[in-house]
Amino acid sequence: MATSAADRAIAPPGPGFAPILKKALLSALVALGLFALMIGVRTETGSTGQLTYWTRFGELAAMVGAVFAGSIVIELLRRWIGPAGSRGIVPPRVTEALGAAGRWIAPALLVFALLVPVIFYQQRYILDLGILVLTYVMLGWGLNIVVGLAGLLDLGYVAFYAVGAYSYALLAQSGLPFPQPADTFPYISVDFLKLGPWAFWVLLPVSGLLAAFWGMILGFPVLRLRGDYLAIVTLAFGEIIRLVILNWQDLTGGPNGISGIPRPSLFGIPLTPGPNGLAATLGIPFSPTHRLVFLFYLILILALLTNWVAIRLRRLPIGRAWEAMREDEVACRALGINITATKLSAFSIGAMFGGFAGAFFATRQGFISPESFTFQESALVLAIVVLGGMGSQLGVALAALTMIGGFELFRGLDQYRMLVFGIVMVLLMIWRPRGLVGHRAPSVFLHGRTTIAADMVKEGRG
Amino acid sequence: MSTDAPILAVEHLSMRFGGIVAVSDLSFAAQRGHITALIGPNGAGKTTVFNCITGFYRPSGGTMRLVHDDGEAFRLDRLHDFRIAKYARVARTFQNIRLFPGMTALENLMVAQHNPLMRASGFTFLGLLGAPSFRHAEARAIAFARDWLDRIGLTERADDAAGNLPYGDQRRLEIARAMCAEPALLCLDEPAAGLNANESAGLSELLLAIRRDFGTSILLIEHDMSVVMEISDHIFVLDHGVKIADGAPQAVRDDPKVIAAYLGAEDEDAAAVMEGGA
Repeated sequence: MATSAADRAIAPPGPGFAPILKKALLSALVALGLFALMIGVRTETGSTGQLTYWTRFGELAAMVGAVFAGSIVIELLRRWIGPAGSRGIVPPRVTEALGAAGRWIAPALLVFALLVPVIFYQQRYILDLGILVLTYVMLGWGLNIVVGLAGLLDLGYVAFYAVGAYSYALLAQSGLPFPQPADTFPYISVDFLKLGPWAFWVLLPVSGLLAAFWGMILGFPVLRLRGDYLAIVTLAFGEIIRLVILNWQDLTGGPNGISGIPRPSLFGIPLTPGPNGLAATLGIPFSPTHRLVFLFYLILILALLTNWVAIRLRRLPIGRAWEAMREDEVACRALGINITATKLSAFSIGAMFGGFAGAFFATRQGFISPESFTFQESALVLAIVVLGGMGSQLGVALAALTMIGGFELFRGLDQYRMLVFGIVMVLLMIWRPRGLVGHRAPSVFLHGRTTIAADMVKEGRG
Repeated sequence: MSTDAPILAVEHLSMRFGGIVAVSDLSFAAQRGHITALIGPNGAGKTTVFNCITGFYRPSGGTMRLVHDDGEAFRLDRLHDFRIAKYARVARTFQNIRLFPGMTALENLMVAQHNPLMRASGFTFLGLLGAPSFRHAEARAIAFARDWLDRIGLTERADDAAGNLPYGDQRRLEIARAMCAEPALLCLDEPAAGLNANESAGLSELLLAIRRDFGTSILLIEHDMSVVMEISDHIFVLDHGVKIADGAPQAVRDDPKVIAAYLGAEDEDAAAVMEGGA
């Protein structure tokens, strides 16, 4: 790898313009073939049912021209930037500067995140968006354990998000069940402990544990599956959970969802306008923004907890076993590592953080329905992890910020939003096929901090 | 308490894949603290025997008994998968190196110490809280790994990705990784493959040092006869899944059946070619 990169750095930047032109011509030809009937000829039913048609050669020419020009631009861009690992034409000084910037970007982001409610106190929209971004940062960090560290491609992560949300919603409404012995058949009765304002704090860990439990349940059948097969089965699992929620009307309310989910309290003090509320306790006028600020810091703390645990785990034997399993499962077995336990632990710990995020989502919205837990969400979180660079905490945070924040930013573009978004994703994948932060930081050092180039690190095959 | 029983006794081992008999009724024993070599032409079933011993295949028949120094015995044919490495403490290397290429040399050696470290980290809970007992255990593990890096001369490159190391270094690192699992029996599948004469000599020294300093019993598959003849205490020769000869290096070298199996040729030619790596 090192030699090929060096070769590319020394070699002149590609063989002239001819191949680019050839490729562009070819693309234009394909476009002509595709669009000739789609755009070139327009047909309609005439007034008496006969076929009327007219040609639109101008538009056709414009489309083919656009493909031709676009192909040249993309090829030039590709040549200018080059794939990851190669030098391309970007001068090394720029790369170094980016590397230096990388060191302070994480602390700067953290400070910024802490200050967001102060800076944007008057703008509820920004606060709301911040909460959303942080929810996805947390989900991304949770999924990163499964996909990035353990190398298990999980397309059904939203299932655990849903389990967490529904666990919280249902238990908060019914109270925490306690089985007790009884005199009559079936000699057991269930008491429900009402949790009042403490509901969120008691049920947050419960939701996480239930999600972790479901992570294990999912883990068992897919232990032997790898790569694409694993992805398909996890995808199916995500759909099963959603369909069960949708159809188990008695319990989950089906498509109507659950409303009136208790809001979180600041350690027992509700954030309501009443006399017991936080505002009254502090003697300040009530404002609905208080709750938003509180929710913002709550999800920030939860996300940072996820981050802290993930970073810690990576330096523990279990984390090293996850990464080793991603690199080479056979070698792991030869070293006496229990692959079953290692995989299940990755699944369940990843699922646990999904469950935490789900409980937060439920308490923030006050209403949940199966609509919120579609495959789209799984795909979005997975895209965040892949774009960020699998295994990189900072990369995932940046990707969540770009994807969720950027998506909102382009709201003005209306229907072109998706188009812009798609183009950005394609360019990013050409520029950095291993994600924003593709390199890997070793978990233990002898001499000093180093990084491992992206092309060395394996993605894992499940 | 120590025992005189051989470290590994394989009896009537057979392994069939469908209609193909890869190993048939093979019996051999590896003595404690010895270097035992398993040689034979390509396709003789050597790696199949290894895969049976290390739990990657379940043998179709026969028994394999491994006895630790303290007399504790394990039936390898009844343990499988990672349990052979974990409980019976059999470590192995692979014919085509299987390091963790994206992890550093040091990390590779740390992964090999997974099971003791996992216990020390209280199955992650103590480690997550940063318990001092775990921190000490980890420092010891790093020191142990460092010791091995010193032995194989890779201390300088401890923090480099294993996949970036030169081929010969990767071979030695894989052996060091297996040794970091503190095995009772070390199984090496063609450790000299792809090494030049110099590196082969270095490998022989390393293996002799392992036997001398740790008393680890070694089971070796090798094509490079210079290595096999130099370091082996006992050699078993396989051909078409059957044992055709065994004995001390010199006796095996002169055995006409062995020469025939390798070449179907006469003495001097055989010796000459075997010298060059069969």
